[in-house]
Amino acid sequence: MEPIRKIVSRTAVLPYTDIDTDQIIPARFLRTTTREGLGKQLFADWRYNADGSERSEFPLNQPQAAGCTVLVGGRNFGCGSSREHAPWALYDYGFRAVISTEIADIFRSNALKNGLLPIVVDDATHQWLLSNPGAEVTVDLESCTLGLPGGRSLQFAVEPFARVCLLNGVDQLGFLLKQDAAITAYEQSHWQVAR
Amino acid sequence: MSEAKTLFQKVWEQHQVVAETAETPAVLFIDLHLIHEVTTPQAFSELRERGLKLRRPDLTLATMDHSTPTRTEQVFGGQPITIESAAKQISALERNCAEFGVKLLGLQNSQRGIVHIIGPELGATQPGKTIVCGDSHTSTHGAFGALAFGIGTTEVGHVFATQCLLQRKARTMAINVSGRLRAGVSAKDLILAIINKIGVSGGTGYVLEYRGEAISALSMDERMTLCNMSIEAGARAGMIAPDETTFAYLKGRPLAPQGADWDRSVAQWRQLPSDPGAVFDAEVDLDANMLEPMITYGTHPGMSLPISGSVPVRADDAVYNKSLAYMGLKQGQPIGGHPINVVFVGSCTNGRLTDLQAAASVLKGRKIAAGVTMLVVPGSQGVKREAEALGLDRIFLDAGAEWRESGCSMCLGMNGDLVDAGKTSVSTSNRNFEGRQGVGARTLLASPLTAAASAVRGCVTDPRELF
Repeated sequence: MEPIRKIVSRTAVLPYTDIDTDQIIPARFLRTTTREGLGKQLFADWRYNADGSERSEFPLNQPQAAGCTVLVGGRNFGCGSSREHAPWALYDYGFRAVISTEIADIFRSNALKNGLLPIVVDDATHQWLLSNPGAEVTVDLESCTLGLPGGRSLQFAVEPFARVCLLNGVDQLGFLLKQDAAITAYEQSHWQVAR
Repeated sequence: MSEAKTLFQKVWEQHQVVAETAETPAVLFIDLHLIHEVTTPQAFSELRERGLKLRRPDLTLATMDHSTPTRTEQVFGGQPITIESAAKQISALERNCAEFGVKLLGLQNSQRGIVHIIGPELGATQPGKTIVCGDSHTSTHGAFGALAFGIGTTEVGHVFATQCLLQRKARTMAINVSGRLRAGVSAKDLILAIINKIGVSGGTGYVLEYRGEAISALSMDERMTLCNMSIEAGARAGMIAPDETTFAYLKGRPLAPQGADWDRSVAQWRQLPSDPGAVFDAEVDLDANMLEPMITYGTHPGMSLPISGSVPVRADDAVYNKSLAYMGLKQGQPIGGHPINVVFVGSCTNGRLTDLQAAASVLKGRKIAAGVTMLVVPGSQGVKREAEALGLDRIFLDAGAEWRESGCSMCLGMNGDLVDAGKTSVSTSNRNFEGRQGVGARTLLASPLTAAASAVRGCVTDPRELF
């Protein structure tokens, strides 16, 4: 996994509330046994017409959204299904951070394990971001700050362990594997799960 | 005196291998890992690539449900599975389970079914356990007083390799429900009302505990319906304290403790309910007596109303209007009488025996309306056998409905059981998101009673009109 330290990008904006993971990637694309190449199916039912052509009115299909690595979504982003295909698809498409006022628990947990940084901001900042698509922002994970145009910046919270893993580009399994002795001791001391 | 604790706190503390610190989350031991074909192939690949073993195959149980066909000829008749990618996913699970020594209830196994139906049915789901699965409706198992939640595929890999997860402790929210549900009002209506009240993100960061007179009076099937949709309020888990109803359900089930272990387990389970005076981080109160059958009208499960109501009027709300346009509904329109095309009875929310009995009670001696397609999909092969022993399959077939093999089916259409674009379905499932049941499909979530009544009339119908 590539480390994340600083992300500088213009924002792409999807001004809809409660964007669920069925929209991020519809269920029919989950019949896969790999995690690669899902970016082309990102927001498939919003992005494409039935004949496969792009819907020009969809924000990500507009020229100014090309190359953006920061996505701003409406309140309660990533609700619904636990499918990790959602952050896989967002990452594969090119996104490295998602900003909203609320981000659903399972999606946030999945995103943090895949190099996609979920950022929760206050209502006023969110409103400004929703109203100013294409704004250049700077995400600094070391200082946990989101820099906005005009020199304004604000702090955001990231679970500390996930932050260290993202900064170093390491996954979380390595830490868990090192707990082997404690896990074995737990198994031996609980009759329900003793081997 | 020791501190008064909630049910959640007790289960959490009993499973902490390593307590959380400011720098690192808790290491939480997982008692039961349920797996299925859709969210595991990449996790098995990860094990293989890193040369890791699956630590506790004995605490892992596999089934297949999401991509599986429901047509009998494809399950048992030797006909090929129509969707090639689904067939591949099914065979990948078979290979993975064989290689890593995991017990698999395969396509033709008599105990197969939707993962959240078979865990309880087999007695693998028990009070006080930690239960995870790569599926958000794992919250269902909380009905037994288990801490059960959905995880992503990376976490599936974590549990494979270590039988543990890294977790931060959630906050707790008590949902206090007084009174009793009236006739014709079900657990599905109750959970839709709860989601409507707290909102689709109201439970984010919380574990819910459903409490009160109305909850104690529910059967296990009803409690599972309630806990199942906790995630639709944003809560990863919902729990109900185990009681005599819980113990009576579990006793004698194949994977439940037997003999002396049963007594020892029940004694431990009796210690689990929240202590008097335990403090929750938030509390919400509802009166069950006030509820009517509920139905959704929009594109998330919080957009619901009593079936006698009308689509709310909200001026100048672009997101709201987009949702109504998708659904083909207008502000101010009464929901009762709205024409429908498809009815789906099934899913991990409402695919248990009592759900099928409720639907059959309405359909008995009646026919579904001309032009309506109705699919009845039992939640497991066990539920299917029980329903057939009671003659429910005949009632559904005589009414003009289809009777299928078990699976997730039309809840999300991964197996090809889809609602066509522009068609309106009344569905006993859990999500009415855009495209959930098929591209352009319009989903109204409701109880099995309401679904069956709507099938009979061909439009949204209060089931109490047919009693």
